[in-house]
Amino acid sequence: MESLDSIVLTVLLFWPLVAALLVILLGRSDSQIKKGSIWASLLPLGLSIYLLFAYDSSAGGMQFEQFAEWIPQLNAGYHIGVDGLSIPLLFLTALLSTLSLYYSAGVINERVKEYFFLMHLLEFSMLGVFLALDYVLFYVFWEISLVPMYFLIGIWGGENRGYAATKFFIYTLVGSVAMLLAILGVYFATGTFDIVEAAAAQPFAGNLTLASLAFWGFFLGFAFKVPSFPFHTWLPDAHTEAPTAGSVILAGVLLKLGAYGMLRIMLPSFPEASVYWATWLVGLGAIAIVYGAFVCVAQTDLKRLIAYSSVSHMGYVMLGIGAAAAVMTPEGLASAVNRFGLTPQAIQDSAAMALNGAALQMFNHGIITGALFFLVGIIYERAHTRDLSRFGGLATKTPHFYGLMLTAAFASLGLPGLAGFWAELFTFRGAFAIMPYWAAFGTIGIVITAVYILYRIIQNVFLGEYDPTKLTHWTTVQGEHADGPTDMVGFEKVTMWPLIAAMFLIGIYPTPLVSYFNKSAQELLAFVQNLI
Amino acid sequence: MGDLGYIAPEIILLIGALFIFCLDVAYDPGVGKKSGLSYMALSALFLTAALVAAVLQLNISDPEAGPKVAFSMMTIDNFGSFIKLTIFSGMILTTIAGGRYMNRRSGNQGEFWTFFLMVSLAMSIAVSANNLVLIYLAIEFLSITSYMLAGFLRENRRSNEAGLKYFLYGSIASAVMLYGISLLYGATGSLYLHEIAAAFTEIIGDSREISGLAFAGLPAMLLILAGLGFKASLAPFYQWAPDTYDGSPTPVATYLSTASKAAAFAVLARFFIVAMASFEVNWVPVLAAFSIITMSMGNLAALRQSSVKRMIAYSSVAQAGYILMGLVAVTSSSPSAMDGLNGVLLYLFAYLFTNVGAFLVVMALEETVDSTHISAYRGLIKRAPWLAVMFTIFLLSLTGIPLTGGFFGKFYVFGAAIQRQYFWLAGIGMINAGIAAFYYLRVVREMFFTHEGEGETLDVPMALQTSLLICTVATVWIGVYPSAVLDWVSNASVQLLSVVP
Repeated sequence: MESLDSIVLTVLLFWPLVAALLVILLGRSDSQIKKGSIWASLLPLGLSIYLLFAYDSSAGGMQFEQFAEWIPQLNAGYHIGVDGLSIPLLFLTALLSTLSLYYSAGVINERVKEYFFLMHLLEFSMLGVFLALDYVLFYVFWEISLVPMYFLIGIWGGENRGYAATKFFIYTLVGSVAMLLAILGVYFATGTFDIVEAAAAQPFAGNLTLASLAFWGFFLGFAFKVPSFPFHTWLPDAHTEAPTAGSVILAGVLLKLGAYGMLRIMLPSFPEASVYWATWLVGLGAIAIVYGAFVCVAQTDLKRLIAYSSVSHMGYVMLGIGAAAAVMTPEGLASAVNRFGLTPQAIQDSAAMALNGAALQMFNHGIITGALFFLVGIIYERAHTRDLSRFGGLATKTPHFYGLMLTAAFASLGLPGLAGFWAELFTFRGAFAIMPYWAAFGTIGIVITAVYILYRIIQNVFLGEYDPTKLTHWTTVQGEHADGPTDMVGFEKVTMWPLIAAMFLIGIYPTPLVSYFNKSAQELLAFVQNLI
Repeated sequence: MGDLGYIAPEIILLIGALFIFCLDVAYDPGVGKKSGLSYMALSALFLTAALVAAVLQLNISDPEAGPKVAFSMMTIDNFGSFIKLTIFSGMILTTIAGGRYMNRRSGNQGEFWTFFLMVSLAMSIAVSANNLVLIYLAIEFLSITSYMLAGFLRENRRSNEAGLKYFLYGSIASAVMLYGISLLYGATGSLYLHEIAAAFTEIIGDSREISGLAFAGLPAMLLILAGLGFKASLAPFYQWAPDTYDGSPTPVATYLSTASKAAAFAVLARFFIVAMASFEVNWVPVLAAFSIITMSMGNLAALRQSSVKRMIAYSSVAQAGYILMGLVAVTSSSPSAMDGLNGVLLYLFAYLFTNVGAFLVVMALEETVDSTHISAYRGLIKRAPWLAVMFTIFLLSLTGIPLTGGFFGKFYVFGAAIQRQYFWLAGIGMINAGIAAFYYLRVVREMFFTHEGEGETLDVPMALQTSLLICTVATVWIGVYPSAVLDWVSNASVQLLSVVP
């Protein structure tokens, strides 16, 4: 296994690129491309599972690192590695990519070659962001993830796809360029593009103005991606127009890139600025939770509703990250201690809990919202509308669909026993010890979430009498005429069940997953304290 | 040989131009027959020879060695050779691609390719010249030949307009520049760049206080900037550019927006860095203001265009603003890896292949569907998939998306600005990148996002395809592995910066 370990990350990273090129160069018939793509995507999935087991949790830190020279003039290299934070996210990326490819094989029949090429390219770029430990490499992957998603929305999207795709691209681009300037600032302050080395060198330590500038540069880049309130306006449009698999990847993985960046770069590199601006992060997060939930209640389009629920749920992530940011330096820790008279250890534990909650929420949101978007796609393929007022009483007609939707919706709502619960519990428990008022404000969101999940989705779509006059034109998933709603078919069930199973698994026994995150959270909190 | 050997590229081009000219006069292919493609091939051949000569002059092994001087008026250094390499590459690609285009539209092929080589010769001299009179003559030479090339399609009114507009603006710009040169001569008593620098250093000294005759330096600097800024299409001297690029034959527009611009920037850089070093405090804010106005005006105007050729014309104005940003941030005192001059050179190099490529796509569409309007690009992915993909790569490079050359160009100029702590300049550049993305993407949207458009497959000429492929490969190569180019670039800028007192 020694030889495999030394190249496993490179194989994992570049395999999707190879697959993409194979699709373009060798792809002959549609069915061959579809089958080949699905099989090809199993390798990254397998490798990411291997990493879950092979990662030495007791040692912690960066493992499987690889380094090669790339641009020696700039001291920028090909440096990749994984730690407890990135390994579960890599697994999430590979899992959702495989499921998306599998699902797409069933529903995409137009410009198949381009579609599967872009999906592989997208996986390549996302894996790259989670693996990169060099700023230039990180930025390269960060930016090229825009391109395939832009085309996926623009070509296979709905009516307004051109507008949505352009909006998505430009919003994120502006954020990214701000991040690029911050990266350059860090480079000139530390002389290296290595993310780990640069963080250890603590750029702009003692100069709060410059550190804040760089902090906000990064924040803009990440906040557009998360998306944090008030930078979220591209998200509903992009989601509503995107094809089903595009939405799944967008919500499931792309949004995580932003939160991942905050944890990987902002907190360790700029602890002073993090403490200074922590209230802002927490505030934006809490506002996003409540605002997003309220907007959900007002939606009439099912997919748009799920999209806004992402804004709300990613708010939890921001809340957790912001709470931990407040205690990144000893001064921050001391002031948190004074506020409540808790022991420093209790505050540290709370911060770790908030971080674990945030990271767990990233993973869970990927699973849950990914599942929800698949489910929306499944019903859309049959009804060709997402208008909530046209649905009703589907529970009796499509029991399998109802059951799965119920599970995913309850997981999203945070029902104990399902995945979402632990993330919410950890985030709020952790944040409450550090930022009690904002955390308390954020809990309003949980109540409103129950309103839109139970009332708008479950009751509106599934319960009550089925009224055939509400929506007269139904088809099967293959597009043939049907007399009414038809239940899920084989490939849709196969797509859904792994996600549903994961919700139960994590909901009942979250310890294995949390232990990865916890290791990284402890390291992150100890990192800065040790430096000073 | 000595001095003559140093100017080998120029000599090759001169011989080439005269050869084609004589051949055109002496050899009459007969009524109705055109021999344009053979002239094109000859032109490409001489340009390639000049390119090889310029590459041989690059001194990679020992960059610290001083530059060579030919006939006391031309400095042969890595800076000049690198720019020549850039320019000649662009001219060759344009030549190969543009042969059939010109042959179809005009019967005077010998004339056209003669001027084409003359233009290359003029640019080649301009980037090496170290004497203001030679600089002026070279720029005039470049301008006059370009006027004729821009208006070369005599039956086409748009082409006439292009030539005339370029000429009217250009002659004023030249006069203004000449006035600036005379002021400099009056103040310092010399026309040589390094002697001017020495004279100013003597007057100004370490005190950094401008006194006495040095006062003439400030207006002279502005006047010369106006003259060169005209060639580089900097705002506010860019008004000619969109009309001229749009109306000129596309091969001419291609080199005007790339090679000619690179030459102008090279002269600008040499003039400011070598002769005006004492005035650095003064020229930094001026150039910064020009940079901001240029990129903003170019981008805002490009937003509203419905002709792709015109849109790229405006976009190339905006690109000049980014390049200038690198010049603003030149650190003559302590060159580092991400120096502004490195940024200028890398940007020019990457931009050349990208923009030549973009213009060649426009040319391909003109050749096949005879339109530059954006609607002609609708559903291009169905009709000419590779053309659409290559155009997308060029547009992404112009936007500055990674894995293309344009990204590292922007990376370097932004980096230089950040290094000098010009955060506001970098910030405005950032906003401009967002604006620019909008109109570049509009074309991508037309090409890809439509489901109709099962039109005829486009039949793009082989030569044009070859040129396009080279541009694409170069653009991606710089974007994926810039290391090799960075070596050339830093060798080039080290030699120029080392002469600064």
